[in-house]
Amino acid sequence: MSDENGVIYRISGPVVTAMGIRSRMYEVVRVGHEGLMGEVIELHGDKSVIQVYEDTSGIRPGEPVVRTGQTLSVQLGPGLLTQIYDGIQRPLPVLEKTMGTFIERGVDADGLDLEKVWDFEATVSAGDEVESGSVIGTVQETETIVHKVMVPPGQSGKVASIESGSFNVTQTVCTLDDGTEIQMMQKWPVRSPRPYKQKYAPDTPLVTGMRILDFLFPLAKGGAAGIPGPFGSGKTVTQQSLAKYSDAQIVVYIGCGERGNEMTEVLDEFPHLIDPNTGKPLMNRTVMIANTSNMPVAAREASVYTGITIAEYFRDMGYDVALMADSTSRWAEAMREISSRLEEMPGEEGYPAYLSSRLAEFYERAGRVETLEGEDGSVTVIGAVSPPGGDISEPVSQGTLRIVKVFWGLDAGLARQRHFPAINWLSSYSLYPQSLDQWFRDNIASDFPEIRTEISSLLQVEAELQEIVQLVGSDALPVDQQLTLEVARMIREFFLQQNGFHEVDAYSGLEQQYKMAKAILTFQDSAKKALAAGGQLEDVVNVPARTNLMRDRFESGYIDRVDGLVDEMNKQIAAAAEEK
Amino acid sequence: MSGKEYRTITDVKGPLVFLEKTEPVAYGEIVQLRLTDGSMKNGQVLDTSDDMVVVQVFEGTAGVDLGTGVKFMGDVFKLPVSKDLIGRILDGAGRPRDGGPAIVAEGEADIIGAAINPYSRQSPHDFIQTGISAIDCCTTLVRGQKLPIFSASGLPHNDIALQIARQAKLKDSDEEFIVVFCAMGITAEEYNFFRSDLERTGALENAVLFVNLADDPAVERLITPRLALTAAEYLAFEHDYHVLVVYTDVTNYCDALRQIGAAREEVPGRRGYPGYMYTDLAMLYERAGLVKGKKGSITQFPILTMPGDDITHPIPDLSGYITEGQIVISRELHGSGIYPPINVLPSLSRLMGGCIGEKTTREDHKSVSDQMYAAYAQGRELRGLVAIVGEDALNERDKQLLDFSGLFEDKFLRQSRDEDRSIDETLDLCWELMQNISTKYLVRLDQKWIDKYHPTEKK
Repeated sequence: MSDENGVIYRISGPVVTAMGIRSRMYEVVRVGHEGLMGEVIELHGDKSVIQVYEDTSGIRPGEPVVRTGQTLSVQLGPGLLTQIYDGIQRPLPVLEKTMGTFIERGVDADGLDLEKVWDFEATVSAGDEVESGSVIGTVQETETIVHKVMVPPGQSGKVASIESGSFNVTQTVCTLDDGTEIQMMQKWPVRSPRPYKQKYAPDTPLVTGMRILDFLFPLAKGGAAGIPGPFGSGKTVTQQSLAKYSDAQIVVYIGCGERGNEMTEVLDEFPHLIDPNTGKPLMNRTVMIANTSNMPVAAREASVYTGITIAEYFRDMGYDVALMADSTSRWAEAMREISSRLEEMPGEEGYPAYLSSRLAEFYERAGRVETLEGEDGSVTVIGAVSPPGGDISEPVSQGTLRIVKVFWGLDAGLARQRHFPAINWLSSYSLYPQSLDQWFRDNIASDFPEIRTEISSLLQVEAELQEIVQLVGSDALPVDQQLTLEVARMIREFFLQQNGFHEVDAYSGLEQQYKMAKAILTFQDSAKKALAAGGQLEDVVNVPARTNLMRDRFESGYIDRVDGLVDEMNKQIAAAAEEK
Repeated sequence: MSGKEYRTITDVKGPLVFLEKTEPVAYGEIVQLRLTDGSMKNGQVLDTSDDMVVVQVFEGTAGVDLGTGVKFMGDVFKLPVSKDLIGRILDGAGRPRDGGPAIVAEGEADIIGAAINPYSRQSPHDFIQTGISAIDCCTTLVRGQKLPIFSASGLPHNDIALQIARQAKLKDSDEEFIVVFCAMGITAEEYNFFRSDLERTGALENAVLFVNLADDPAVERLITPRLALTAAEYLAFEHDYHVLVVYTDVTNYCDALRQIGAAREEVPGRRGYPGYMYTDLAMLYERAGLVKGKKGSITQFPILTMPGDDITHPIPDLSGYITEGQIVISRELHGSGIYPPINVLPSLSRLMGGCIGEKTTREDHKSVSDQMYAAYAQGRELRGLVAIVGEDALNERDKQLLDFSGLFEDKFLRQSRDEDRSIDETLDLCWELMQNISTKYLVRLDQKWIDKYHPTEKK
């Protein structure tokens, strides 16, 4: 028995113990006669503990275990975009071709199409000095995205030869003077963050087109957000809206331990959806990873790392990347399951004691950075959390909230009232406004932050008034407070509620959001004036022009008509006061 | 591999048997135990190593002693599959229970079932008419969906499940469903109820029953639904049937899972249920759907009883995260004598959006359903207020909504156990009831539908 080949000693679900190999931690090994893929996660004397990425039924002690010498890595290069992978970067269409409808085991598949030929355009020439991360050429990967071919980290030197032309991803496109050959494909171990020069503080918002998010609780490019919510509160719909409409240049969507039909829906829908920022199909900028709830748990554990490594790779090209992980709770549960098979001492609720540090490590891979090439790139991470019973005092929610700066709390009560997106405006928060306010002032309106403060304090006041209304009914309140309730209702129904499936309403640009918010405050002002002049509340709030203002947001071209609608509303309100 | 019988049992604990020094035994392999009195039991390998093998015994370990012989059968658990399964009644381990002959197998299928490649799935979009207004209008069932009933003890979930099984059909189509019924730990009385109803309506000929009753071994419950789903997959994807899988009660299944976990001294998760319960349930629920290139489909209708009516209990909670919605049965409605007592407010069908509308149900369905839901929700909320301030304090709008909520329950929800309302009848009924609210308060209805369908305001 050599050091390279050992035998299986024990099998317990996805955890296999092997004897006789001298493996390294996190090394990939092949298990059993079928060569199932596994990863070494613990060493005990001569025994290696392996988590296996495929079903282990029918495997026996005594079957071989073979080292590969490599850690779990992904293949990076042209061909990532528009692809859908499982948790260990096997393309699902390739798996379908080789195994049919059901996912069998023991099948290997390359993450990139090794045969496909790309048009490589060199951007440096012989004699140029290049370093790790330097861009040496480009490939038009999809209609909208230019893939930049970079010198892999750890290599540098003078270009000896480089050639434009048609190549597949494994052919050498560039040779350095020390003989290093560079191909379009590079590999990177998923558990290590890719290098960059330095991290910056985020200063630009990630515009999502969802009013409650952009306006009240903005997320910065390079930031991290958590979306906890009980089932049925719209986590997946929110994540999908973000994948559709956020103004990132690249989107990595990880379906981690979720429903199979949801991924199918994304696959059916995305190729037909148009990116509001480029006018081209959304699929062009998207990479998907689908490890559904019934696919092997160990691969679910890996899927999150596979996704973030791909995201970092595009960041290194200088792109703004957004990564959605739905749901990090399933990822944590995969860790818990593996941990319990390892008979580790559990922490809270059976989760391993290292849960919070793993969560922190993952979210820390988000950020806005100066790339090795000196460009500006970012990875924004948005993680859904599925707390049991909707109770966010559990370890995954708490571990997440300690790290992320944006909390979008979904609320089952709001979902039941069909208030969507069901994000609770009282419990949610964002710590980014401070660093983003300057951007909003410069790019949207100089009083943007003040308007936001006014809107959110109105909502706060409403919550307090509602408590009184619950007891005595709204008629018992003084007229000015009744007006406040009416204004708050307008904020909720006109501004916060947004139909993610409506072709027009699903996306509002920042300028439109600002105008809508401003319109609400204008209504408040003119209604106050009208009431002071002796108008009746009933007449003032029910002017038809206000209904039009609210209803017309479903029509295209709304942004150009808002001002006119507001003027009309003011006129009618003033008239309503005069009638008396 | 098989043939050799070991007498090396060292420990017996709950449903688990530990034995040492065997030939290499496969993970998941099927095991036969010969007790000293000559009787036989079956089991499955849960953990295997060179030194020790752990076997979970399906029939329980009563009577097992250290002298019990253990034989490894060389293969994982497989179900003999055949079209002849249709019309048969099998026990929880797949043996005939109806006195009929053994199943002549056309093939064998691994009962664990491989995951469907998400890329190979097809989005479910065909509307299933159940004839129950609350479901058809508000939580529409779609072919290929997994839609559980969240119920609780003492509620008529079985009647509802049976009514659905009886009435479910595609709109304007005679295509019938094959019903695969899977009983997990229910009482003989409940089982007889299901069986006689299926018999009475002639549905039994088009059904396959897998039955594990309350006094059958608990561990066997872990394989019963897998057998049922394996049969369903075979019928759907090999023989193009549309299969409706009804299984009850998922709560008993989860309790059996907890029992095994405890016997293995695993670290428990919430309320003592194992940490992998989500994955385990997903491996059942995800075996629903449609796949590209195959005509058949699997629609799942699991029933679970919420302990203490608590929807945050781990069983309904984890189920809700996996299934595509839920139908919630309400004790309050049942108490007021309404059948079916479906509380539409927490109920949800996630696939509804893609399957209703002009081409499938009716153009006004979405609008009507939203409006009915919103009006009922507001009406229900007002009941609380009325209890404090009295009905006189309500304004005109609130009074109408309050009255509507009563009508909603009495006329819309309530229907008899054999009343099969078509979707058109259901939607017309909605319009009839909404007349009681003046149109200016019906803000979720598009004006064009009011013009077309409103009984008194239409043009």
